[in-house]
Amino acid sequence: MTREELERIRAEAKQALEARDMTTLPEGELKPPRPGEVRVVLRNCGQIDPTRIEDYIARDGYFALAKALGMSPEQVIDEVKRSGLRGRGGAGFPAAQKWLFARQAVAARPAPADGSPPAYLICNGDEGDPGAFMDRAVLEGDPHSVLEGMTIAAYAMGATQGYLYVRAEYPVAVDHLQKAIPQARKLGLLGKDIFGAGFDFDVDIRIGAGAFVCGEETALIDSIEGRRGEPRPRPPFPAVSGLWGKPTSVNNVETLANVPQIILKGAEWFAAMGTEKSKGTKTFAIAGKVKNTGLIEVPMGITMREIIYDIGGGILDKKKFKAAQTGGPLGGCLPEQYLDTPIDFESLAAAGSLMGSGGLIVLDENDCMVDVARFFMDFTQDESCGKCPPCSLGTKRLLEILTRMTRAEGTPEDLLTLEYLTQNIATTALCALGQGSVNPVVTTLRHFRDEYEAHIRDKFCPAGVCKGMFHYEILAECCTGCGVCRKKCPEGVIRGEKKAPHEIDQPNCIVCGDCYKACKFAAIAIRPGPTEKSRRAAHKTETPQG
Amino acid sequence: MAQLTINGKKIQTPGGTILAVAREHGIRIPTLCHHPALGPKGACRLCLVEVKGSRVLQPACTFPVSEGMEVQTDTPKIRTARKFVLELLLSDHPQDCMTCEMCGACELQDLMYEYGVKETPFRGERHAYPADDRDPFILRDMEKCIRCRRCIRACDELQSVNAISMINRGFRAKVATSFDTPLQESNCVFCGQCISVCPTGALTEIDSRGAGRTWQTQKVTTTCPYCGVGCNFDLHVRDGKVVKVTSRWDSPVNRGVLCVKGRFGWQFLHSPDRLTVPLMKAELWKKRTGTDGTPSPYAGFVEADWEAALDAVSDGLAAAKAQAGPDAVAVLASAKCTNEENYLIQKLARREIGTNNVDHCARL
Ligand code: SF4
Ligand code: SF4
Ligand code: FES
Repeated sequence: MTREELERIRAEAKQALEARDMTTLPEGELKPPRPGEVRVVLRNCGQIDPTRIEDYIARDGYFALAKALGMSPEQVIDEVKRSGLRGRGGAGFPAAQKWLFARQAVAARPAPADGSPPAYLICNGDEGDPGAFMDRAVLEGDPHSVLEGMTIAAYAMGATQGYLYVRAEYPVAVDHLQKAIPQARKLGLLGKDIFGAGFDFDVDIRIGAGAFVCGEETALIDSIEGRRGEPRPRPPFPAVSGLWGKPTSVNNVETLANVPQIILKGAEWFAAMGTEKSKGTKTFAIAGKVKNTGLIEVPMGITMREIIYDIGGGILDKKKFKAAQTGGPLGGCLPEQYLDTPIDFESLAAAGSLMGSGGLIVLDENDCMVDVARFFMDFTQDESCGKCPPCSLGTKRLLEILTRMTRAEGTPEDLLTLEYLTQNIATTALCALGQGSVNPVVTTLRHFRDEYEAHIRDKFCPAGVCKGMFHYEILAECCTGCGVCRKKCPEGVIRGEKKAPHEIDQPNCIVCGDCYKACKFAAIAIRPGPTEKSRRAAHKTETPQG
Repeated sequence: MAQLTINGKKIQTPGGTILAVAREHGIRIPTLCHHPALGPKGACRLCLVEVKGSRVLQPACTFPVSEGMEVQTDTPKIRTARKFVLELLLSDHPQDCMTCEMCGACELQDLMYEYGVKETPFRGERHAYPADDRDPFILRDMEKCIRCRRCIRACDELQSVNAISMINRGFRAKVATSFDTPLQESNCVFCGQCISVCPTGALTEIDSRGAGRTWQTQKVTTTCPYCGVGCNFDLHVRDGKVVKVTSRWDSPVNRGVLCVKGRFGWQFLHSPDRLTVPLMKAELWKKRTGTDGTPSPYAGFVEADWEAALDAVSDGLAAAKAQAGPDAVAVLASAKCTNEENYLIQKLARREIGTNNVDHCARL
């Protein structure tokens, strides 16, 4: 393959792509960009047929690789360094720095005598945050952008073999990659002497086995080596001793998909987007109580308010915004006062949360913060690798306390123990999973302590979520007597004449919430104390935690 | 050479982990998942220390020293962290030291003592696995397991068998064979290396249960009689009887590693069937001495002394040689003898008897 040949393919493929009716492509979850979005990583998704390399080339694919191979590896690292690209997998470590460390480690040791690769590049596609699916969108919709990014990164750091670690739950992504890799090999874009530059690189796919913790780079390396994925203490860092003891760089899908664009359009173009320390764009998966859910790509530094209200269309059912959980299960819950905080690595960390992989779950007044913390703790405990006691046992104890609180069994001591646990787990756990596991508890406790206290002191769930900890009352002064609630009630326990205030027959109410959801006049209020029936029902559904 | 300070003390070292360097200089750092015979793991978090400039506490057992490093090993912050980890471990541990086999030799108990952890502030579920006695030799009481993974590493690094690993995640994580079968159904060779490194009472010798705690037995270092390798170990002796064998990590021959026979096969020592004097056929005895001799429990045999027995053997060999030539004799040596003993046996065959008919049971 030469640049001229690539240009020829592009010219032909461009015409073919324009002639083709792209609307016949299967509709993915990705919606057309909304105002305010800037698509860099997602630019090809839905615009090309991901199973055809020509489509990718038609949109300038592999030209960045041709350009990079004309530069020295140091120049490539420098270009990406100047762009300010930081890891999109969560921690935000500068991508170029990772490659530089690995490159230095390769230089510091003798070349392997057995002809094995001197270093490895791993693409981390083990996207595990509940609700996040940006990596899947890229792998499914634009697999070649990741392969091209990997090849450029490998050239920069000095790797000759790459692994693409994809979770088994993404069969379409695996399928598209399995098609894309042979296509690239056939055109000489992977393999020996790429673009005649004397650089060899090939990629193999490794499929995960469903462990969230394998998104942690050292656990991921264990998993590729065929072992149970458990994080290792660092140092040694993977850049020095990673896969099979060789210098290794692990980069996230979204990070790598940015790389070709940076090489092609230049560091300045990329650095012009974003904030001082967080450059470029970021994809977010918006979920929860917001009108427009789904995947978006926006410049770094945008505020939560812009995402939720401008792009997301605001909160569902005219409810009040309560908080947003950013960064997945290891991130934090940020209340209203953070709506205008710019979203970048530093600001989110300062607020006690994380960028993470870009999950954004919007919560409204009917979400119980104690229950939200319990939900995330349930996830983390289940996914803890079990290696260090602070995480494997600590998250279990946190989960037990949070569960007790949501079942009206919490005590004032529990609250103290909860704080004792969160403080110490954060400083003693081995990896980011354990250290970050406390963030949802810490942030909800910081911003919504009154809710925790209500659960403990009054056995009351003010958001009306925790079963057996509240009941509904119709406010006579607000009720218009429209009768909607009466019709909705499955138990038929709401009484009232037309146009006159209605009333709930409390002892027989099961607190299902149908009336609450149905009332158009906000005339139904959540009040402390269970009804007789809801208390018994809550008791019955209790299952031991295990 | 790197120069660093540990607790303010200036130290020059060619390198290593913080733990190794500290120990060399007489600074004790508590550990639990660390074992000198095994690779570092960094799992238990007991050895956490403060490294200046580092956001979180770092495990001394894995963290390499570097030039100019400033380490603190015993600040209030560190003690709080260690105590916290111990309290968590205690919240998932049966508190039955009263009847525990390892009481007095348990590293967990020692740390609880050192850090004054009498109770745990955490209430909640505790693992309740029934003690697993489906196997010979090894009793696995997994509710006492603290998941330090020493046994897994011993099975991998010392024995290269990999019979056991972790299964499940989170709180349910457990040391087990694949599919949690009994050890017998795995590729376990019952070397017991896992027992020798387990810091708690999770893995113990079935045959030694109830036979005496560590302070009740006298340790006698000896060499294994089973084969010529010459592994050393400690016999635990109580009231004149051997009750257990444990590893000697300082043994230059086997460095603590033993096989199933050496570790678990000591019961023959006190077997009533064990021969303690040589026996001679009653007829032969009568022919050679003209007396009836001391009867033995075995029909047709009388008890002899070594002098008489060896005389009979040498007379027999000499007679056979005189009658039919040296090649009428063959010598079969034993793997229970040392190399030196086997050398002497072939000397006996070749030089004294004059035959090359020499063989060895290890070839059979
Ligand atoms: S007895 Fe030996 S082979 Fe069996 S599990 Fe223990 S260490 Fe492994
Ligand atoms: S059985 Fe013993 S050695 Fe193995 S992990 Fe448990 S406590 Fe550690
Ligand atoms: S001894 Fe260092 S972490 Fe266990």
